Amino acid sequence: MTEINLLRETTSQTAGPYVHIGLALAAAGNPTREQEIWNQLAKPEAPGEHITVIGRVFDGNGHLVRDSFLEIWQANHEGVYDEDYNLDKPFNGFGRTATTFDAGSEWTIETVKPGVVKAADGRPQAPHINVALFARGINIQLATRIYFDDEAEANAADPVLNLIEQPERRQTLIATREEQAGKVVYRFDIRIQGENETVFFDF
Amino acid sequence: MSDAQDRRFVMRDRTWHPKALTPDYKTSVGRSPRQALVSIPQSISETSGPDFSHLKMGQHDNDLLLNFNTGALPIGERIIVHGRVVDQFGKPIPHTLVEMWQANAGGRYRHKNDRYLAPLDPNFGGVGRALTDSEGRYHFRTIKPGPYPWRNNPNDWRPAHIHFSISGPAICTKLITQLYFEGDPLIPHCPIVKAVNDPEAVQTMIARLDLTANNPMDCLAYRFDIVLRGQRKTWFENV
Repeated sequence: MTEINLLRETTSQTAGPYVHIGLALAAAGNPTREQEIWNQLAKPEAPGEHITVIGRVFDGNGHLVRDSFLEIWQANHEGVYDEDYNLDKPFNGFGRTATTFDAGSEWTIETVKPGVVKAADGRPQAPHINVALFARGINIQLATRIYFDDEAEANAADPVLNLIEQPERRQTLIATREEQAGKVVYRFDIRIQGENETVFFDF
Repeated sequence: MSDAQDRRFVMRDRTWHPKALTPDYKTSVGRSPRQALVSIPQSISETSGPDFSHLKMGQHDNDLLLNFNTGALPIGERIIVHGRVVDQFGKPIPHTLVEMWQANAGGRYRHKNDRYLAPLDPNFGGVGRALTDSEGRYHFRTIKPGPYPWRNNPNDWRPAHIHFSISGPAICTKLITQLYFEGDPLIPHCPIVKAVNDPEAVQTMIARLDLTANNPMDCLAYRFDIVLRGQRKTWFENV
């Protein structure tokens, strides 16, 4: 209408219940290829604080979404986004994961805690992981961010968290730290709809 | 490629894309946010993204006639699916990852949760991937997927379709969509297609029969061009 000579974007459609056969082959029960993009972003030798992030996804009725698929994008431990995806390297900022089909249904990633990156206006952003959520019933991906509960000071000053009008809604983006058998685990549940609905972004 | 920090992209038109809540597609009812999306300025977190040029691809990753071959060819109509990935300014997107997955000719997915009556094809996996070339072109060889019934309304059938995932230059350009085939009478009946309101928008998902690209006496070709969000000029206040 007002857009001059601009092509229209191809429209989105749901990734559907069988997204795994295309993007998460092992989860579908199928053989994998020589290289797959999956949930180990950091190998043991990668520099930085090694963390596991585990989460669940809930629908508006409080039921687990067992067929969700997530894409992860984050800076390295120094706050640098390295765009060169290369499985020969110890760390890649991109990964994928999916909730399991079992009763507990969780997704997991193995990574390092990201460093501080700059916002559009140059201010620092608190450490965060960018998440895109896809699933049957989701017509276009839902974008959110994972922040860390042991970064209270940085979170309080974060320019994106501060754009969320209601402070209590900011809490839906804060992962909680636990230690399990000497490993650092952050838990981050996503609630697509209803009580404590996760904040989703448009950008 | 420009510095990721300085890239800016045309905003996604959310009246063009399907809404989150589209009740005729029943699963969306419980899987759509009730709160409004929070608008945030594009920062490097959104304007950067993975470059998969160094992902090692198998020889037949884009050839579904051969990549699950157990000694015979898969059953079904042999087709070529090809096209270009461009941005909204018509600029080709080179070396970007295009991934696709689909049901077999009978409408059955090789997925442990798919229990449709139609049999698996021992020679068909249903997954492909390719990097676009320097001019944004990609191509796959496959068989035409079959339509299949699904649990929505009692008599809903999915039109034949191929799922596509395209990365683009940044995570904000990421797109998952479905390719439909020109002339398929099931397209206008499908609640997932109809999640897209504008008939012109539906046209962006329909592959055209492309007789010029056929392999004569071998396979038909369909052309499916993909448009991702445009990367625009950046204006800065401070230098």
